Amino acid sequence: MKDKSYSIIGSYKTKNTVEKAAGVIFIVCALFAVLAVFSITIYMIISGTPAIFEVGLKEILFGTVWKPTAAEPRFGILYVILTSIVGTFFAILIGVPIGLMTAVFLAETAPKRLAGIVRPAVELLAGIPSVVYGLLGILVLNPAVYKMEIALFKDDPTHQFTGGSNLISAVLVLAIMILPTVINISESSLRAVPAHYKQASLALGATHIQTIFKVLIPAAKSGIVTAVVLGVGRAIGEAMAISLVAGNGVNFPLLFNSVRFLTTAVVSEMSYAADTHKKVLFTIGLVLFIFIILINLILNKVMKGGNKDAVRS
Amino acid sequence: MKKKRKGFISLLFLCVLFTGVISACSSDQGEKKDTNQNTASKTNDSSDTTDKTGAEDNTVKDLRGAITMSGSTSMEKLANVVGEVFMVKYPGVTVSTEFIGSSAGIEAVVAGTVDIGNASRNLKDTEKEAGAVENIVAIDGIAVIVDKKNAVTNLTKDQLVQIYKGEINNWNKVGGADQPIVVVGRESGSGTRGAFEEILKIEDMAVYADEINSTGGVMAKVASTAGAIGYVSLDVLDDSVTAVQLEGVEATPENIKAGNYFLSRPFVMATKGEISEQNELVQAFFEYISSEEGKTLIESVGLIPAD
Repeated sequence: MKDKSYSIIGSYKTKNTVEKAAGVIFIVCALFAVLAVFSITIYMIISGTPAIFEVGLKEILFGTVWKPTAAEPRFGILYVILTSIVGTFFAILIGVPIGLMTAVFLAETAPKRLAGIVRPAVELLAGIPSVVYGLLGILVLNPAVYKMEIALFKDDPTHQFTGGSNLISAVLVLAIMILPTVINISESSLRAVPAHYKQASLALGATHIQTIFKVLIPAAKSGIVTAVVLGVGRAIGEAMAISLVAGNGVNFPLLFNSVRFLTTAVVSEMSYAADTHKKVLFTIGLVLFIFIILINLILNKVMKGGNKDAVRS
Repeated sequence: MKKKRKGFISLLFLCVLFTGVISACSSDQGEKKDTNQNTASKTNDSSDTTDKTGAEDNTVKDLRGAITMSGSTSMEKLANVVGEVFMVKYPGVTVSTEFIGSSAGIEAVVAGTVDIGNASRNLKDTEKEAGAVENIVAIDGIAVIVDKKNAVTNLTKDQLVQIYKGEINNWNKVGGADQPIVVVGRESGSGTRGAFEEILKIEDMAVYADEINSTGGVMAKVASTAGAIGYVSLDVLDDSVTAVQLEGVEATPENIKAGNYFLSRPFVMATKGEISEQNELVQAFFEYISSEEGKTLIESVGLIPAD
């Protein structure tokens, strides 16, 4: 039995150096993230602002006509911004309740065998690339929405028929895409609630459902807010899947209109844009960036703000 | 014992992986030819004729290198077929093409990132001023397509203009069933769209329900959506959609040559500077296209060779 081992490789000096070196390496790695965010912000600001001076902030942000290749180019992205906001809002409206209820199901009320089917399904959903969602949208969703469109607008002479490529198809695809994120994180945060919260509530006579909705979910609030924020981030940043199902026209975001999001506006025109057009596309990227920062700040402040004693997941 | 076996299996797996990587990266030229043949093999009917014409001429010059093209999606068939036959004729040369849209292709050739820029429309003045030279290699027709279940077989020019302006929005106004018209078109940088709108004089006035980024995408959308109308290059027409007659004239190369079918536009392979200023690979390429063999090849794809 060895009781104390003496290292022949190094004395306390080398061990000290190793400790210090490791500390420095960790700091450098962590700084990568900071550097990345910093340089992205700086680069977006540098490339996004020239167009604001060339075309005018009001014309870009509040104009409604987008005709960049016309003889007299117009660069109004108001409808595009509204589409991103409205589309993300509806996607969250549909996706978050479904995701939250599924998380409650998986964490609290599922019988073991059913959970064994649902959980792998959710995990598989999380791994599917966005292009596949887009392809499925074209194959399955667009024809179905087209039938709905024909049924609803049969006698309307002014509606422009979109063949199923419109806002509602994009919203449905986005809702399905944010489900796995919301479910996974909400479930983890629900499981992380200390057991004595639930036990105390049940001991005081509350039913299981009352406990879930009045004790567990409020206690897991910060984790659920994180899940929502990540879901919003994914929904607002999605370009590939929506470009296949949303129709790509610049219109006011009504449910059955062919619409263009901030992301698809950049993706569909970047390859052939000339000077001013290209600069305006960078400005669109800057607007998107600012949006994401704002949404993160607001959601975190408003929802997490009052919960200092909530469980952190 | 278990640890040893695990280690052995992972080592074996690593060797297999390594061998796979080595063999995949072995020949760069071989790989490029493979991808080009894969994309060109989709156009199966034309590759039969190209084999015959390629075998007749046996002059194999000692040219080596690569020619890069990029641009119009409508010119995909032409670019692939001509590229494939050229590579058979000069085995030391690889021709690779990207399909990103006409305006993007001309941007690329002006920027110098590719040798040849394909555009399915005449070049704009700004593009010519930037240095792009318009070399017209073929004349192509634009076919107006509808889905197979549509009963309408003929449209007048005025009806077509009104449909694309959004003034007519139901098929029963042009003699079809009571079905809404879904107006499908290309993105604003498309050569097909540019040529289409210029001929019909509806630039900036067309209202689209769906702006799709490629010719193939328009075909797929029209084929799968009842009541859709769209426009594609004549040479990609197949059985999944119906091409309507315009003013009673069917969309065929003969009618275009005779001047009866009014929707026709040039296929331009633009270079930065005159052809005589390019490197010898590009010069040999253009020499081939304007030769008798090249013209037969262009006709076999369904286009009309330029004079």
